[in-house]
Amino acid sequence: MQRKGKAWRGVGIVTLKELSDHLSSARMRVLEWLVVLTALAALYGAIQSVRNTTAQDPFLFLRLFTTAQEPLPSFVGFLSFLVPLMAIGLGFDAVNGEHNRRTLSRILSQPIYRDALLFGKFLAALATLAVSLVALWLLVIGLGLLLLGVPPGGEEMLRALIFLGVTIAYAGVWLALAMLFSVIFRSAATAALVTLGLWLFLTAIWPALASGAIQLFMPGADQATSLIGGQMLARLSPATLYGETTLALLHPTTRALGPIYLTQLQGAIMGAPLPLGESVLIAWPQIVGLIAATILLFVAGYVAFQRQEVRA
Amino acid sequence: MTDIVIAADRLTKRYGDATVVDHVSFDVTRGEIFGVLGPNGAGKTTTILMLIGLSEISEGAARVLGHDPARDPLTVKRHVGYLPDSVGFYDNLSGVDNLHYTARLIGIPGLEREKRIKASLERVGLADVGHKKVGAYSRGMRQRLGLAEIVMKDAKIAILDEPTNGLDPQASLELLALIRSLKSSGVTVLLSSHLLDRVQSVCDRVALFQNGRIALIGTIGELGRQVLGGGFAVDVECHGGEDVLRRLADIAGVRSVSQEAGGVFRLLCDRDVRPEAAAAVVAAAGKLTRLELERASLEQIYTRHFGDHPTGEVPHAA
Repeated sequence: MQRKGKAWRGVGIVTLKELSDHLSSARMRVLEWLVVLTALAALYGAIQSVRNTTAQDPFLFLRLFTTAQEPLPSFVGFLSFLVPLMAIGLGFDAVNGEHNRRTLSRILSQPIYRDALLFGKFLAALATLAVSLVALWLLVIGLGLLLLGVPPGGEEMLRALIFLGVTIAYAGVWLALAMLFSVIFRSAATAALVTLGLWLFLTAIWPALASGAIQLFMPGADQATSLIGGQMLARLSPATLYGETTLALLHPTTRALGPIYLTQLQGAIMGAPLPLGESVLIAWPQIVGLIAATILLFVAGYVAFQRQEVRA
Repeated sequence: MTDIVIAADRLTKRYGDATVVDHVSFDVTRGEIFGVLGPNGAGKTTTILMLIGLSEISEGAARVLGHDPARDPLTVKRHVGYLPDSVGFYDNLSGVDNLHYTARLIGIPGLEREKRIKASLERVGLADVGHKKVGAYSRGMRQRLGLAEIVMKDAKIAILDEPTNGLDPQASLELLALIRSLKSSGVTVLLSSHLLDRVQSVCDRVALFQNGRIALIGTIGELGRQVLGGGFAVDVECHGGEDVLRRLADIAGVRSVSQEAGGVFRLLCDRDVRPEAAAAVVAAAGKLTRLELERASLEQIYTRHFGDHPTGEVPHAA
């Protein structure tokens, strides 16, 4: 049955309201401090080691993101861990919170469709994440300029910018997942636990499990097949996709994200950086995968929300 | 003007095999207060949600102000104010800010917003606490804020789900007075409740729900006649006298007389027969000690109809 009226009526209003809620909420402040402090620690470590070791690196600035100094992980390592945490923190009670505050049916009895509420909430949370990530990114670049005293090259800046975009897409995946569970589970605590559990599983356990799982599915496959198969399985996790994308973008010498046959290396100059376009091309499937995962998860949440009864 | 603003035609809601609302039909005319009454789980809220397009209709049709809530929910929701059961607001925002958000969702232009919010808060008596966070509001204040939202919306129909639920007697009296004032400003009110005595005083017509069906519908007087055999009950207590029972039964308009104890009679009748009853007792040479008129209460009608208390003796507890 065709509905009358615009489905997006009210999206902007919901987005603005949610955005102001997020930006003024204590939860967001805690998350921001967590991210800023840990990222600064990683950055400090990176700057120490970059200063000492690689004075002649053509991509000095990108090292800021990727260099790790024991025992701290690199800035990228921190982000891949903390961005999901922030996204889940913003999304886990998006819909069930309205249910539990008993505001949902009152808001939905205003002349807007449910579409507007869900989409507005997603946009607001994504905008909040984007704002903090951009601020963090600028902080890193600025501190890098101050502490290293070397200006970044144009290509470095472009790579860093694309990296920023990919990180926002990565945040979108977890946000959409958290919102999906906030629709499915009526209790915010359950939704948060399930999302966090899935996040831990996909980030920490699945990549290790994937290579073992392929042996189960394809016993007796040759080494190359099982290696590629294991990698394919591991790529079901957004964390793997994000890790591979950052690898290709921030390490310009990366030539492939999977196993390479010796024949493919003929004529290659080992250790020579690829041009930006080629690096993006290598990571393109991963980038598309992240965006597609966001859309799929959001649509799943959208369908579940449309079918849900609003009564408390 | 007695045109129909809400028309429900064999509305049905099924969840799998369970039928929650089963072919419910009723009309609400402009300017009346229509009560949807019944125990919890009788299908009242589901019916309401179908009327404002928040729940899909499995079968049947509804028209609200001439629009189909399933096809054109935005138009319906623009003209209908809905106060859900134990309404919630954003606790971290003030009452005014909560109304601001709703006003923007409704689409009230900026200049008018302030005026309307102020006026509606004054109307419900929350003007002095409008800038306090809703988290500090009592339950009654939240319900009144919900009414303020409906007033601000300038709704033609107000649908109130269990508005007095969980309120203390004072607060619920105040709320009922506000509901009456809504009516006097031309708003059609549909209200649902399981507290029969509370809402009896405000409803023009009621529909009694039972297991997803409408068991009875009409004015309270009509229902009283239909179920109890009379819209009024007169209690007569007297000492002595001969043939009091027969004399009382002979009065025009009395449908039945029951002798509850020695000199205690209960008359069910179509009108107030106190003068005649007093005359009858005196004529029988009895001493009249008590004469009391009781309008048929919804609670009596309800329990009598559904047979919980076959004698019609209902404890007056709400």
